[in-house]
Amino acid sequence: MAQTKITRTSDLTFWQKLYIPEIIKGMKITIRQMFLPKFTRQYPEERWNPPASFRGRPVLVEENGKERCVACGLCSRVCPALAIEVQASETELNKERYPVKFEINMLRCIFCGLCEEACPEEAIVMSKEYELTFNNQEEAIFGKDKLLISKENLKERLEFLRQYR
Amino acid sequence: MDKFLTDILGSEIFAYIIIAILPLVFIVPYALFAVWLERKLSAFMQDRLGPMYTGGWHGWAQTVADILKLIQKEDIVPSAANKILHLIAPFLVFIGSYAAFAAIPFSSEYIGSHLNLGIFFIIAVSSLVVVGLLMAGWASNNKWSLLGAMRAAAQIVSYEIPTALALLAVIMIAGTLNLQEINHMQSGWFWNWFIFAKFPFVFIAFLIYFVASLAEVNRTPFDIPEAESELVAGYHTEYTGMKFAMFFLAEYANMFAVSAIAAAVFLGGWNSPFGDFMSGPIWGVFWFVTKGMFFIVVQMWLRWTLPRTRVDQLMYISWKVLTPWAFVCIFGIGLWIMLQ
Repeated sequence: MAQTKITRTSDLTFWQKLYIPEIIKGMKITIRQMFLPKFTRQYPEERWNPPASFRGRPVLVEENGKERCVACGLCSRVCPALAIEVQASETELNKERYPVKFEINMLRCIFCGLCEEACPEEAIVMSKEYELTFNNQEEAIFGKDKLLISKENLKERLEFLRQYR
Repeated sequence: MDKFLTDILGSEIFAYIIIAILPLVFIVPYALFAVWLERKLSAFMQDRLGPMYTGGWHGWAQTVADILKLIQKEDIVPSAANKILHLIAPFLVFIGSYAAFAAIPFSSEYIGSHLNLGIFFIIAVSSLVVVGLLMAGWASNNKWSLLGAMRAAAQIVSYEIPTALALLAVIMIAGTLNLQEINHMQSGWFWNWFIFAKFPFVFIAFLIYFVASLAEVNRTPFDIPEAESELVAGYHTEYTGMKFAMFFLAEYANMFAVSAIAAAVFLGGWNSPFGDFMSGPIWGVFWFVTKGMFFIVVQMWLRWTLPRTRVDQLMYISWKVLTPWAFVCIFGIGLWIMLQ
């Protein structure tokens, strides 16, 4: 552990004991601080664009007007907060299975990204959206209508996953 | 100015009423501006932006909106409070600080009252504030309020001594207590100001006065009467709405009053620093308010620079540092005058 140096009143020099020069030094710091760039972001006007590694709300990838999801249920299995509910059904498409119902309860979701890691089809990914507001509990359960986002809009995240996963 | 007004209005009483109200017309917009300035300064010193929305440019109307909100607020009186004292206290505090404006010369033509005892009157009447604060703390029937009021009383009473002594040092040079005459003596260039007279005694007296005045108006680093982290809000914990606004107004009026005395006594008051350049009664108001505002900005600057002192440190500074050095100044100046 680093030794902290204790300054005692008896160690102070004459000018330090006068206090006034030291106060002026402190005032110099505060006045300098006034002209430095500010960290505040004017939020509603000026929004933050998160990097691709950001874990916002989970969304389903939509490809050619259909979801990629094959309703294997791995995401719902791995979800530590039990936020995901999937109901599978059969389809004529190549993938043979699709989710009839896919719901994420956003009040439960902890944005851990395990669903994304578990997904074998890269069908559920974390988006950049971080503004989640609801007026009641029912609204917080996102169905397929809210979850499906086209592949083009998720390019950055998919690219990121391909590179680092 | 009172003659001029009497001629226009045809009645002395109306003239006096107008003269009495003029400082209030100044104080209210000034207080709104000063609160806004304090918030902006504090924000900028802490890498923030402060109010940005109300009114457009940098939230200039934020304090106007705040005061409108305070007017609409419910006036809550605690059930255990002493109702009459609780009601009187904020007004008494404001009266104390407003009365001081009677003897402050805003310009060579404008002074509320041509008192021969100007400075003495200000020192005396601003003690009324202590009574108001104690009253507020006692009437609220709240531990925090009472503690805050006790601290305020102890602090203001002890710091009045170095304040008065530091002013006495200048009065000895001037030979008068009349602030208007003190200002007339400092006319001309800025080296005629009393702060540069009898160097370094008056300069030390000025520093003593400034430090003591910070304590007198309960500004940081001496704001222990309203230390938020210990006492919630001190003596005005139990006040809401306009009564709280009165305390706030009184605090900012007091800040200007002590700054104005510092400007008038040490920095030439309404005198232009450059001889005849921009001098005259109207420019006098400009110079006086500018000098006053300079001290107010320094007070705010100090507030966001220094931490709060402890109670024992506060008393140490007053009794063991400022008061003895004020006596040294008085002695030095007295000796100098005697030897001349």
